[in-house]
Amino acid sequence: MLAYLIRRLWQMVPTLAGVVLLVFFLFKYFGGDPAEVLGGLNASKEQVAAIRTQLGLDEPVWVQLWIFVKRICTFNWGKSWATNEAVSNLFATRLPATLTVMLPILILDVIMAMPIAMWVAYQRGSLTDRSIMVATTVALSISFLVYVIIGQYVFAFQLGWFPVQGWSDSTWTNLTVYAPLPVLLAVMVGIAPQTRLYRSFLLDELGQDYVRTARAKGMTEGSVLFKHVLRNAMIPILTNIGLQLPGIFVGSFLIEVFFSIPGLGREVLLAVNRSDFPVIQAVTIYLAFLTMLINLLTDLAYKVADPRVVLK
Amino acid sequence: MNTAVLSADGAPGDALQHSEGVWHAAWRRFQSDRVGLVSLVVVVAYLLLIVASSLGLVAKGWQTEVGVPDAPPAFMGPAKAQVAGVIETPKGANVDLSDIDPLAPRYAEWAERAKQFQTTETVKATTLPFGGDRLGRDVLSKTIKGTEISVFVGVAAALVAAAIGTLLGAFGGYFGGKVGDLLEWVYNVFESIPNILLIFAFAAVAGRGVQSVVIILAFTGWTGMYRQVRAEFIKHSSREYVRSAEAIGASTLSRMFRHILPNVSHVVLVRMGLLVVGFIKAEVILSYLGLGVRVDQVSWGTMLAEAQAELILGHWWQLVSATVFMAVFVTAFSLMADALRDALDPKLRGLE
Repeated sequence: MLAYLIRRLWQMVPTLAGVVLLVFFLFKYFGGDPAEVLGGLNASKEQVAAIRTQLGLDEPVWVQLWIFVKRICTFNWGKSWATNEAVSNLFATRLPATLTVMLPILILDVIMAMPIAMWVAYQRGSLTDRSIMVATTVALSISFLVYVIIGQYVFAFQLGWFPVQGWSDSTWTNLTVYAPLPVLLAVMVGIAPQTRLYRSFLLDELGQDYVRTARAKGMTEGSVLFKHVLRNAMIPILTNIGLQLPGIFVGSFLIEVFFSIPGLGREVLLAVNRSDFPVIQAVTIYLAFLTMLINLLTDLAYKVADPRVVLK
Repeated sequence: MNTAVLSADGAPGDALQHSEGVWHAAWRRFQSDRVGLVSLVVVVAYLLLIVASSLGLVAKGWQTEVGVPDAPPAFMGPAKAQVAGVIETPKGANVDLSDIDPLAPRYAEWAERAKQFQTTETVKATTLPFGGDRLGRDVLSKTIKGTEISVFVGVAAALVAAAIGTLLGAFGGYFGGKVGDLLEWVYNVFESIPNILLIFAFAAVAGRGVQSVVIILAFTGWTGMYRQVRAEFIKHSSREYVRSAEAIGASTLSRMFRHILPNVSHVVLVRMGLLVVGFIKAEVILSYLGLGVRVDQVSWGTMLAEAQAELILGHWWQLVSATVFMAVFVTAFSLMADALRDALDPKLRGLE
């Protein structure tokens, strides 16, 4: 087990190095001159040159790369170019808002999509199954944006059940007053694709021999579904949850922008619009690292879900 | 077409000589899929509309303000005239201000100058077929133009992504070894960054406009295609027909792209169908977030972005128009892609 962990962590090194190189060269060669971005429109030649020296842009490429790597390892990204706020501070203050919205979304998504998918998969080929599948196809063809626009208009503006948008300093108020509408809308939209996905996982399993055997020996449908099929479908389900996990840290950009939630996603989008490179670079690299760690954890979870899995 | 069917049903010897090609068989299966055919017709109708609009036959003047601002759709009739608060005209005699008005000496001159220009009152329509937007532009032409740009972005990005994915997948799968490892490394790097962040990182450096969106989406969306094509090439590269091709002296490139590629092209095609739908949705979100098409262009995304503010005032037509055009196209395209997949790869039928 320990050997497995060490080997997996060791395998991450080249990928991580690749991410660093990709981000570094992307911004170095395609991102425009940071000194001119920082200097603004009215900067004199001398000012731009001074900024250039300060950032180390006069140094050869490999020295710049070294500076970049040092920043990553020491978590010291300096200050945001646009707001002069320390990048680390920016992360620390924006992440809670994102998690307040995204964690309920992820949890509700899973606990709601699973039963629907099981029910639909169980009724495969029936009218209910087909009509739900057609409904999800049509539902999926409409942009997420439309649901959010109409949802805000109907639930907040017309019916007045929720505030139209807003955010407060208290986590409890946020969770009970401001987060419910974004969460509700995201779950409503997420449920269709999730149901389809889980349905296909369950269908794969329902056709297996062990299901027939279980039925033949007289097990109730409930135990067949919950004890056998669900357990066996756990691996793709875990994979899917693992794939979604990194997303909760940046949140849904659209939701955050739309409802003016001061989360990390909105901050990254602002950074993109302001050409605030340190913020984008930091988010991209750390999230990539986090994604790799979550993948590793997912693989470890396979072992728990299915003892037949051999980690090697 | 008929001959193919006949030969399949006909004498076995005949069928052996002219065995049905994979495309023929697929087309035959596709024709029997009614949902697939209907969606194909819808997609073709959209494509004709897009060609007409890009040639300037329809929706050419989408930017002209033909109606009154926020003109309602024709079936609703003109909007009720707003009752403006009337300010009473002040009573009493007019005071002559010409001695203290610094502009007074020039009024006559300006009136003279103004006479040189003819002004015409343009009559603006009070209703438009699908309503008008904030500036009085026709929502129908706007939607058609938006359809052109959104679909173009989706299809172009899917083509570029398919080209990148196929090329890299072909090399990675066929050669394996060092080349394969290198490409796998690149793939892993792209996969380890959450997709939306990768899009943002590219958007931060690429600027705005249709070309940028196509490039951003294509360069971040090729990974799935690469993976699938690579798997197919690994499978096929050791097949007998490839070794026969090698034996008769076909070059490596010829083996890869003339022999293997046609045999895996259905995989590419099916995957591309999925990419188009995904990219169209992504473009809508990007344009809404301000990272998409330029302000002087229109796409479904920019229309939805405007619709958010309009809806509060009760002007729902732009939202509905863009949504319906998009929903019909995306549904038809998805169903067509599904039918295509079933036709090209009957083994997958019924699975999601």
